[in-house]
Amino acid sequence: MSDVFRKEVRFSGSGGQGLILDGIVLARAGVLDKFKVTQTQSYGPESRGGSSRADTIISEGDIFYPEAQNIDILIALTQTACDKFIYEMKEDGVLIVDNNLVKNISVSIGKIYEEPFTEITLEKLGTELPTNIVVLSFMVKITKLVTEKSLEQAICDSVKPMHKELNIKAMNLGFEIAKKYL
Amino acid sequence: MTKEKKEQVVKKEKKEQAVENLQEEEVILEDNRKVVLMQGNEAVARGALAAGLDFYAGYPITPSTEIAEILSEELPKIGGKFIQMEDEIASICAIIGASLAGAKAMTATSGPGFSLMQEGIGFAKATETPCVVVDVQRGGVSTGLPTKPSQGDIMQSKWGSHGDNPAIVLYPHTVKECYELAIRAINLSEKYRTCVTLLLDEVLGHMREAVRLPDISNVRIINRLRPTVPPEWYKHYDENQKYLSPVASYGEGYRFHVTGLAHDSQGFPTNKANEVAAQMKRLKRKITHNIRDLVQIESYMMEDANIAIFAVGICARSAKAAIKAAREDGIQVGLLRPITIWPFPDDAVRKMLRDVDIIIVPELNEGQLITELHRLTKDKADGKIIPIQRSDGEMITPTHILRVIKEAH
Amino acid sequence: MANIPQKVVHKYLRHNKKFPHVWCPGCSNGTTLGSIIRAIAELNYDRDGITMVSGIGCSSRMPVYVDFNTLHTLHGRALPFATGIKMTKPEQKVIVITGDGDATAIGGNHFIHACRRNIDMTAIVLNNNIYGMTGGQYSPTTPTGDRATTSPYGNIDPVFDICELAMAAGATFVARTTAFHAIETQSIIKDALEHKGFSVVEVVSSCPVIYGRLNKKGDGPEMMKYMRDNSVPLKATEKMTPEQLEGKIVRGIFKRVEKQEYCEAYAGLVAKFQNKEEAKK
Repeated sequence: MSDVFRKEVRFSGSGGQGLILDGIVLARAGVLDKFKVTQTQSYGPESRGGSSRADTIISEGDIFYPEAQNIDILIALTQTACDKFIYEMKEDGVLIVDNNLVKNISVSIGKIYEEPFTEITLEKLGTELPTNIVVLSFMVKITKLVTEKSLEQAICDSVKPMHKELNIKAMNLGFEIAKKYL
Repeated sequence: MTKEKKEQVVKKEKKEQAVENLQEEEVILEDNRKVVLMQGNEAVARGALAAGLDFYAGYPITPSTEIAEILSEELPKIGGKFIQMEDEIASICAIIGASLAGAKAMTATSGPGFSLMQEGIGFAKATETPCVVVDVQRGGVSTGLPTKPSQGDIMQSKWGSHGDNPAIVLYPHTVKECYELAIRAINLSEKYRTCVTLLLDEVLGHMREAVRLPDISNVRIINRLRPTVPPEWYKHYDENQKYLSPVASYGEGYRFHVTGLAHDSQGFPTNKANEVAAQMKRLKRKITHNIRDLVQIESYMMEDANIAIFAVGICARSAKAAIKAAREDGIQVGLLRPITIWPFPDDAVRKMLRDVDIIIVPELNEGQLITELHRLTKDKADGKIIPIQRSDGEMITPTHILRVIKEAH
Repeated sequence: MANIPQKVVHKYLRHNKKFPHVWCPGCSNGTTLGSIIRAIAELNYDRDGITMVSGIGCSSRMPVYVDFNTLHTLHGRALPFATGIKMTKPEQKVIVITGDGDATAIGGNHFIHACRRNIDMTAIVLNNNIYGMTGGQYSPTTPTGDRATTSPYGNIDPVFDICELAMAAGATFVARTTAFHAIETQSIIKDALEHKGFSVVEVVSSCPVIYGRLNKKGDGPEMMKYMRDNSVPLKATEKMTPEQLEGKIVRGIFKRVEKQEYCEAYAGLVAKFQNKEEAKK
C-alpha cells in the first residue's frame, strides 16, 4: 500500500479565495494524467464566507476514504486554516502559505514555501482574483504532482471562456514564482 | 413507422445525443474509454438521463440541489420536463402524476424533504406507480446538519410511510455507482411498478471522483410493460399477471381509475377483506418473490475473513481502507456491503453470521443497520457484533475502524 | 336500443362501478356532477382526452364514477398530481375536483401556486363550508360563528373567499356559482374548460346532513332554496348597496384574462433548443 503513489492535497483558507476551484482543477488535471482521483470540500455557509477547504487525493491505487487524513501538501491562505490543518500534515509534507496572511507557522514541516501570493498577483495581474490559480500552479511546479500540460488543460476546462486568458497568465505567474526554488 | 413511433425514436436519439454531448465537456480518452471527473449528484442526474428520465419535479434542499440544477439544464434540451414545485410534497405528487401519464419520473431531496414526501411515496407504492426518489442524506434530526454526512434515513427509507409497504432502496458508495444505481433505480421502478429510493451520503453526493462511465449504448433500459388487451379487458392491477402486470398510461384509451384507497384489480375502491388482502399480498410478493433480482451485495476480501465489516456508502469506503491496512498486518478481515439495503440481504447476512467470529458495523447513525443484524441472530449478547456509531456530522475514519479491528483481533 | 331512454350522463358514467354513490341524501354533489358532465357533453370532448383528478373529501370521490382517465389522490394534493399529468400530456383536458378544506386548507399552498403558474386546467371547488367526510369539522370557509364538531361554541376563525384568493394568486379565470343554479354551473364550467390557463370555479354546495344539521339550516331542499334566495348574479350587484349585499353569495365570472400558459411557456423553452439544433444542421 505504501509503495503506491498517493498524494493528499488540502487547499485551505476562507470562502471566496477560490480554493474549491483549485481542488477541482487539480482533480481534473489528475484525471488527465490518468490517476485515480477524489475531491471533496467543506460545503454550505462556510464556502460562501468563513473558513473553506478542499481536498484532492491523487493516487495510482484505489482511493477509498475521500478526505485527506495525512496531508502531503497543504496550501493555507489564512492563519486560522494553517493553525487548524498543520497538525494533519505528514512530517515530510509540503506547506505553502501566503506570508502576508500567515505570519506564524507553529510546527516545522518538511518543506515550507512562503510567498506573498496575493500581493504579487495584484501587482502583476492588476487583480487578486486569480491568486488561487497562482498558488495552485506554484504548487504544481514545485511538486510536479501533475504535468503542466494537464494543469493548463484543466484550468481551461474549469473556468469560463472569458476568464481563460487571465487564468493562464496566473498559471504562468505561479510557475515564475516557483523558479527560484528549482 | 407510425408518427408516434417515429417521434419516440427521434426522442430517444436526441436523448442519447444529449447524454453524449454532456459527457464530452469533461471527457478524455483512456484506452478508448471515457474517464470523467464527476460529482456524485451529477452522476445521479446523468444516470437518470441515461435510463430515459422524462420528468423531474423537485424543491431546493442541500445537499441534493445539484441534481435539480443539472436536470433543469439538460431536460429541456431533450424535450423532457423539469419543474420546481412549491415544496417536496408537491414534487412527489407531480412525479406520480407524470408517471401515470407515461413518463419516467424522479425527484431528489434530503432528510426534511424526504419526511415530507413519505405520504406520496406510500401512494406511489400502493397505486403501483413507477417513480424514483433520491435522498441525499444530511446530518442530524430535524433541520440538523445540512452540509454534513449521516446515514440516518436507512430505517425511514423502509418504514417512513405509514402502513406495510414494499421498499426497494439502493445505496451507492462511489460516484460511478451513483450513475449505475440511478439507472438501476429507474429500471427497477419500471419493472416492479413501485417507488424506488436511492440513498446517498452527503459526502458522496458532493464529492468528485474520476469515473469510467459505461458506454451509453450498452446501458440496459427497462420500460414498464404495456397492455396488449383492448380497454374493456384491461385491469390496472391484473391479478392473473401476479406482481408484474402491464400498465396503461392516461390518455391512451384505457380510462382506468387510480386511488390511494384499498382497491380491487380494476383500481376501484373496495373494503372487501378478500380484495384488500389480494392487494396487500401483491405488494408484498413483488418483493419477496424477486429477492434474487433485487438484492445486490458486494463481498470484499471475505473469502478467508474471520472478522467482517458490515457497512454501506461512505462507511464502506472507510472500511475498505481499514481492511487494506489490517491485511498488511495479517488480519483476515473483509467487508460485506449491501448495495440493495431494502429488501435486506438476509441470506448473505446469515451466511456472514455463520462464517465469521466478529462483525463490526460502522454507521453514521445511532444503530440502524445493526438492528437488522440483531434480527437475524440470537448471538447479540455475546459481543460478536461490534457497533461503531457516529451521528455528530463527522465521518468514521479508516483509522477508527482499524483500531476496532485490532482490538477485536 | 331505440326504445330505451338514454340520458346524456349514461355515456359518461362508469357502468362497471358499483352505484349508489357515497354521497348522502340531499347532498348537492350529484347535481354538480350532472352539470360537469353536461358541460363536457356540450363541448363534445373525447372521454380519452379528459383526466379528472381529485384530492380527499366528499366531492373528491367524484372521479371514480366518471368514465374518464381518473385519479383520486391525497388530501390537498390533487393540483400537484394534475400538474405532473398536464406537463407530461399537455393535450389532456385536466379537471381537478376539490373541496373547501382540500383546496384552501391542506392544499392551500398548492392552490395558490397552481394559480400563479397559470397551468391550463380547471379546478372545480365544491364549497360546502365543512369537512363532511370526517364528520363535520370547521373548514377555512365555515362562516365565523357557525357550529362544527370542532367549534361547538361557534367558529372564531375568519373565512377565506376562494375566488378572491384565486384572483390574487394569479388564476386567469375565476367564477362562482351554486349547486342550485345547475344550468348556470354547466355554462360557467363550459367557459372554464374552454379557457386557456388556470381556471377556478367555486360551486357553493350544500351539506344538509352534517353542516345543515349542525347549524339548523334545514334539509336538502331547504338549503337549495337558501342558495336560490341568498345569491345574486354579479351584474345585479352593480346596483346594490353594501348593506343589500351583506350575506349574499355573488355568482358569476369575476375574472377572465389571457396570460402566458405554463405548458406553452415550457414548450417554448424546448422549442428554442430544437430550433438551435435545426440551425446547426
